[in-house]
Amino acid sequence: MTKRELIQKTGFTLLAMCMAANIVFLGLIIFFIASKGLSIISWEFLTQAPVDAMTRGGIAPAIVGTLYLTLGAVLIALPLGAACAIYLTEYSPKGWTVNLIRISVNNLAGVPSVVFGLFGLAIFVKKAGFGVSMLSGSLTLGILALPVIISASQEALIAVPQSIREASLALGATRWETIHRVVLPAALPGILTGVILSVGRVAGETAPILFTAAAFYMKGYPDSVLSEVMALPYHIYALMTEGTHPEIQTQIAYGSSLVLLALVLSVSMLAIFIRQRYRRGYNA
Amino acid sequence: MIKRNKEKGIEWLFTALAFSSLVFLTGIVIVLVKEALPIFSTVSLPAFLGGESWYPTAEPPEFGIFPLIMASFWVSAGAMLICVPLGVGSALYLHELAGERQRAVLKPVIEVLASVPSIIYGFFGMVILAPFLQDRFNLPIGLCVLSTSIVLGVMATPTVASIAEDALGYVPRSFREASFALGANRWETLTRVIIPAAGSGISTAVILGMSRAIGETMTVLMVAGGAAVVPSSIFDPVRPMTAAIAAEMGEAPVGSDHYHALFAVALALFIVTFAFNIIAELISRRYRLKLGLSR
Repeated sequence: MTKRELIQKTGFTLLAMCMAANIVFLGLIIFFIASKGLSIISWEFLTQAPVDAMTRGGIAPAIVGTLYLTLGAVLIALPLGAACAIYLTEYSPKGWTVNLIRISVNNLAGVPSVVFGLFGLAIFVKKAGFGVSMLSGSLTLGILALPVIISASQEALIAVPQSIREASLALGATRWETIHRVVLPAALPGILTGVILSVGRVAGETAPILFTAAAFYMKGYPDSVLSEVMALPYHIYALMTEGTHPEIQTQIAYGSSLVLLALVLSVSMLAIFIRQRYRRGYNA
Repeated sequence: MIKRNKEKGIEWLFTALAFSSLVFLTGIVIVLVKEALPIFSTVSLPAFLGGESWYPTAEPPEFGIFPLIMASFWVSAGAMLICVPLGVGSALYLHELAGERQRAVLKPVIEVLASVPSIIYGFFGMVILAPFLQDRFNLPIGLCVLSTSIVLGVMATPTVASIAEDALGYVPRSFREASFALGANRWETLTRVIIPAAGSGISTAVILGMSRAIGETMTVLMVAGGAAVVPSSIFDPVRPMTAAIAAEMGEAPVGSDHYHALFAVALALFIVTFAFNIIAELISRRYRLKLGLSR
C-alpha cells in the first residue's frame, strides 16, 4: 500500500466513524429511555390521570393535552403555510417580495423556541387576554411550525412538473383552477409530509408552552380552548424539577419520555416513509 | 369579468397570507424591543451587558448578564467541537462513500436523530450523562459546562450534517471528474477539490448549527446546572441565557424590572441568532452564485 492509499484509507475510516457516531447516539438514547421506561408503561399509565402528587397513576391528561396543542398548531400553521408556499411558487413575480418573504421564513425558522414563548406570553396571554390557555399555546406553536410547513410545501409544489400546469392552462383553466385542481392534488403527499414533520416538531416543544399553556397538574381534561393543559414534554420537565419524590418521579419521567419519544419518532419515520414513496413515484 | 375579478381576489389573498411570516417576525422584534426597553432606565446598556452579577431578585437587584452570555458562549463553543467534526464528517461520508442502499438507511437515521425533542436530550443528560460524568471525573455536580456541551453537540450534529450534505450536493460533477482526470485519488479529490468548493456551504452549516446550540432552551435548562457565574472551568455549573429566561420568567411579576430584564436577555439572544442566520443566508447565496446556481 502506498502512502497515498494509506492516507485515503485512514481518512475514509474517520468519516465512517463520524457517521457511526450518529447511529450510536440514536441507539443510546432509545436504549436508555426504552430499557427503563418500558417497565413503567401499562394500560393504566396511558389511560389514567396522575394521583397522589404525581407519584402514582398515569399521564393520560398530558398525552391528550399534547394532541390538542399539536392539532391546534397545525390548524393554524397549515392554511397560512400552504398559502405562503403557493404564493412563492405559483404567483410570485420574481423580485424583492419573494426575497423578503424567503428571508423572513428562514429567520423565523432560526428564532430560539424560548423567544416564541415570550412572544406568546406578551401577545396572546397578556395583550389578547387569552390567558395561559390551550389557545395561546396553539397559536404560539403554530407560528413556530409555520416555517417547517412552508418549506416542505414549497418543495412539494416545485416538484410538480411545469408541463402539467401548462397542459391545464392550455385547456382554458384559469390560474386558480390550475392550482387547486391540478397542482395541489399532485403536491398533496409532499404537503402532508410537511404537516407530519411539523407535528413531530410541535409535539416535542417545551419552551414555547412554558408560559403560554402548560399546567403542572390538572385533575381532568381541558374543557375549553381557554383552559390550561398538561403536555407531555412539560410533564417530563415538571417531574424532574418540582415535587417532593424525586425517585418515583424520575421513574414516571422515564415512562413519559418513552411515550413522547415513541410518538415523535414514529411520526417522523412516517413522514420519511411517505416522502420516499412519493419521490420514487415521480421518478418512475 | 367576474371570473377575472375572482382570480385577482384569490391572488391578493395569497399575497396577503404569504406575508404572515414577515408579520410574525416583525411582531417578535417589536414585542422584544418594547418589553426590553424599560429595563434600561434602571441599568445602563454597558452595565447590563458587562455586569458580572445577575441577582434579579436580590434587594437591590442586580442585572448584569455577562455571566449568562459567557455561559451561552462556552457551552455553544464546546458543542461546536463535537458537532462540527461529526456533522461534517457524516455529511462527507453520506455524500462520498455511502452507496444508494446505505444512504436509504443513513439519511433517515440523521433525520430521526434531528427530530428527537430537546426535552428528551435534557432528560437523558440529566439522568444518564451527568451522573456518569460526576462519577468518572469525581465532580461535586455533573450538571456543568462539559455535560451541556456534549448534549448540545450531539443535538446539533444532525443539523450540521444535513445542511452540509445539501451543500456538497451543489458541487458540480465536472469538478470531481476533472480532479480524477488529473490523477488524484478519491481522498485527494475530496480534501483538495470538493471541500474547498463546498467550503462556504459547509460554513453555513456550521453557523446554523451554532445558532441552534445558542438558542436551545430545555436542554441547557436541565443540564447546565443553573449557577449564574462566569465559569472558570468546564466542570462549573452555568446558567446560559435561554435557561435564565425559561427558569425565571414564571416567577417574574409582569411589568417588573426582572420581567423587562428577561425580555432584554431574549432580545440579545434574538440579535445573536438573527445575525447568524443572516450571515448564513448571505454566504449561501454567494456560494450558489459562485457555483453557477441561481436558486
